[in-house]
Amino acid sequence: MLNVRVHKMLRRIRVVLAAVFFLGLTLLLLDVSGVVHSWTGWMAKAQLLPALLAGNFLIVALLLILTLIFGRLYCSTICPLGVMQDLVARLNRRMNKRKRYSYSPALTWLRYAFLGLFVVLMFLGLGGIAALIAPYSTFGRITTHLLQPVWALCNNGVAALAESVGSYAVSETEIIFYGWLPLGIAVVTVVLICALAWRGGRTWCNTVCPVGTVLGLLSRFSFYKIRFDTDNCTKCGACSRACKASCIDVKLQAVDASRCVTCGNCLTKCKFDALHYIAPLAAKASPKQSPEEPADKGRRSFLITSGLLATAALAQEGKKLDGGLAAIEDKKEPSRQTPLTPPGSLSARNMQTHCTTCQLCVSECPNHVLRPSTKLDTLLQPTMSYEHGFCCPECVRCSEVCPTGAIRPLTRETKSSTQIGHAVWMKKNCLPARDGVTCGNCERHCPAGAITMIPLDPADEASPKVPAVNTAVCIGCGACEYVCPARPYPAIYVEGHEVHHEK
Amino acid sequence: MNHIDRRNFLKFFGAGAAATLAACKGKKVSDTTQSALSAQGKGKEKAYGAMTLRTNPNTNDRVSLLGYGMMRLPTTDGTAARESDAPIDQEQVNRLVDFALEHGVNYFDTSPAYCKGESERSTGIALSRHPRSSYYIATKLSNFNEQTWSREESIKMFENSLRQLQTDYIDYYLLHGCGMGGMEAFKSRYEANGMLEWCIEQRRRGRIRNLGFSYHGDIAVFDYLLARHDEIHWDFVQIELNYLDWEFADEINPRNTDARYLYGELKKRGIPAVIMEPLLGGRLANVPQYVVEKMKSRRPEDSVASWAFRYAGTPDGILTVLSGMTYMEHLQDNLHSYCPLQPVSKEEEDFLYDIARQIYDLELIPCNDCKYCMPCPYGVNIPAIFVHYNKVKNLGRLPRDKGDENYKKYRREYLVGQDRSVPRLRQADHCIGCGQCKPHCPQNIQIPEELHKIDAFVERLKREG
Repeated sequence: MLNVRVHKMLRRIRVVLAAVFFLGLTLLLLDVSGVVHSWTGWMAKAQLLPALLAGNFLIVALLLILTLIFGRLYCSTICPLGVMQDLVARLNRRMNKRKRYSYSPALTWLRYAFLGLFVVLMFLGLGGIAALIAPYSTFGRITTHLLQPVWALCNNGVAALAESVGSYAVSETEIIFYGWLPLGIAVVTVVLICALAWRGGRTWCNTVCPVGTVLGLLSRFSFYKIRFDTDNCTKCGACSRACKASCIDVKLQAVDASRCVTCGNCLTKCKFDALHYIAPLAAKASPKQSPEEPADKGRRSFLITSGLLATAALAQEGKKLDGGLAAIEDKKEPSRQTPLTPPGSLSARNMQTHCTTCQLCVSECPNHVLRPSTKLDTLLQPTMSYEHGFCCPECVRCSEVCPTGAIRPLTRETKSSTQIGHAVWMKKNCLPARDGVTCGNCERHCPAGAITMIPLDPADEASPKVPAVNTAVCIGCGACEYVCPARPYPAIYVEGHEVHHEK
Repeated sequence: MNHIDRRNFLKFFGAGAAATLAACKGKKVSDTTQSALSAQGKGKEKAYGAMTLRTNPNTNDRVSLLGYGMMRLPTTDGTAARESDAPIDQEQVNRLVDFALEHGVNYFDTSPAYCKGESERSTGIALSRHPRSSYYIATKLSNFNEQTWSREESIKMFENSLRQLQTDYIDYYLLHGCGMGGMEAFKSRYEANGMLEWCIEQRRRGRIRNLGFSYHGDIAVFDYLLARHDEIHWDFVQIELNYLDWEFADEINPRNTDARYLYGELKKRGIPAVIMEPLLGGRLANVPQYVVEKMKSRRPEDSVASWAFRYAGTPDGILTVLSGMTYMEHLQDNLHSYCPLQPVSKEEEDFLYDIARQIYDLELIPCNDCKYCMPCPYGVNIPAIFVHYNKVKNLGRLPRDKGDENYKKYRREYLVGQDRSVPRLRQADHCIGCGQCKPHCPQNIQIPEELHKIDAFVERLKREG
């Protein structure tokens, strides 16, 4: 009886933690106001693969230790994609009361094949393709490309309402379409993963997910696991039917700890007190409860919670750096020989090898400068263009949110002196050169003072003035490209640098 | 007795109001006011007295002190025609015109340029439902565009006005916007092509009953035209007059001229003045809150706008005061100001000049949102940017210094408000400074310079977030 209560409480703690992480991360990815990241930004940094790529070894170590002690609790609480699948599976169970899971043998070779493929792709520098099966970034792509537009629409509805009552609390945001490829990838993955979850719970996590496989290697040896009390077990199979990881073999009275995500559902289903979430020593102890047992459980759950909170707190420590109107033709992205990567990404190479394409920076960028790349070698990794705004030297939001170290934290001062590219003038598009009007909008808006307007004809002071760029001073922010009146292609655009340098 | 007859008459013949007015005209030449018209029957509407009338010394026309400006006609989406692409709400225009005529308004001022070129047609439809003798039509030779500078195109413009207005004569015809673009533009538009002589000829033939000009901008053109008064004989001149422009027009903008001078020159020569911009494009209806309180404490039942209308209607020699009325409440409020006019006393005049000094001290951009500068070829929404800036400044909510108590709040208000009123790609940062707008501004605002100032201000706000 006492055990039942403890089991229920353990499960409740798991559910609450899962909800906190899931909501926190979803909000983080949806946010258009720029407020949320200071609250839940650490949750992205507590994800295993990003932490590994970012070199946050403390977090990696904590997560590994967490797994060695408690099993794959990570997959049940911290990983938003895991929780998303639980939600889908639960929905199915709600709608279809007879839905039951059953034990299935592990597809071990498939698991290792996916993990191997993932590692190989990462080492080949094809992080964008590898990341298609990385859990957190998959969730990020789904949320950013499918949910955020809806969220932004709602935001704009609220903003309109606020406007009608004269409030400035909520402001409108531009809804950007990033192209069919990112949308298509998000749709395909969400359909695939939801279908798998609907059919068989955690199939994806225990077959495809590289993080699940790695943690599975550890959780085999975890201190606490679900263990059978063979004396009490009647082999009724209630536990197996409730196991969304399909990892309880009732016949052998064994739990495949490499696939168990310690959700605790089986514990609450067992009517015979035959399943326990316990340490190996306790398993050998008498089945009769000692009076101290509940306190012990309480301590355990306390450990779980405090362990997670510690991880969180540490992640936050690391985050310290923080009459009519003329029609306007839409601007088109100029073709750049070297694509632009945001300040803080150090180099194209660093971006390519670190980014897991979670899209958090894309959804965070207040000026809609960042967008997912559609090139194969940098698939869905952020690249920059300046049709909707420019990369303000004062804004460092993408560097604050990036969990993987693809965009390293940098200060405003460092950012405004980091050259990510240089402006290039295209005479054939330039209005003063083409139409003879006075302009100088690029010069007026260059925050680095890198542009000077000079006469087109050096011999004639009165000839139209065109921009001369001092590339030594230019930081590549794109203010000139954004405000250039030439359309659809600007007369001045930024060519990227493969390696960023400070001037 | 008289007004009971009228009311009955109106009930049975909706279109007959103005006819009655015309009938009255002959009877009462000497009175300045007509027998009372009242509308007590209509809900909580205040009763109107009789419209104050002014006599045109040249033709003895009895003109209502309130003139209807047809430049801001309502559209089907509930805004003024210049602000939207929706078609003009003709039904609403008819209603407004009927109500105006019914309450004594008989001067209707339009132009081929107003409401994206739709104003004359709409005015013609509304007015042609009433007897031609019951109203006066004013329209203009609005040949701003270089393509219409030729004699043929200009004459075509006049003939088209007659067709659109469904009439064979114009009561008040104006050379439109003399002074805009300086003397050169005037000579090209009216002298080199012989249009001035042509207009004088039409006056002789009775197709134009009164010939005048409207003045904006270069004072040299105004002086030049008045110097030729003996030869041309101007029947009227349209000038900008309000309590802000009386003394401060040239202080706000050195290229403008005080209304005191303009009015004085006309009075000296006995030329009747038609007043435009009595409200400065609505700015004098939207004054800082403390000014509202002062006005209300003096005349609690009167609107803020009524002060400006009473001011503009008070001097003698003023034939009519134009108001671009979009909504019924504008019309009703103005009727209260002029049915009949209660002249502004000397003491009240000083009170208004005192307010003018305070508004001037706010240093607003003198934009009246007339949209003559539009469309900017680069898509910038010039007037909307100025209006937003003025509005915020007027409210005293301009974020000035980072240390200020309300800086953060005001900053957000300014930026969010700007994004709401002007799409990003039409904001000041997209002004390239080509200056094509400048000659079109009747207020002589240095548009590119002002936009760049606002742009720099906004960029600073964004940086200091």
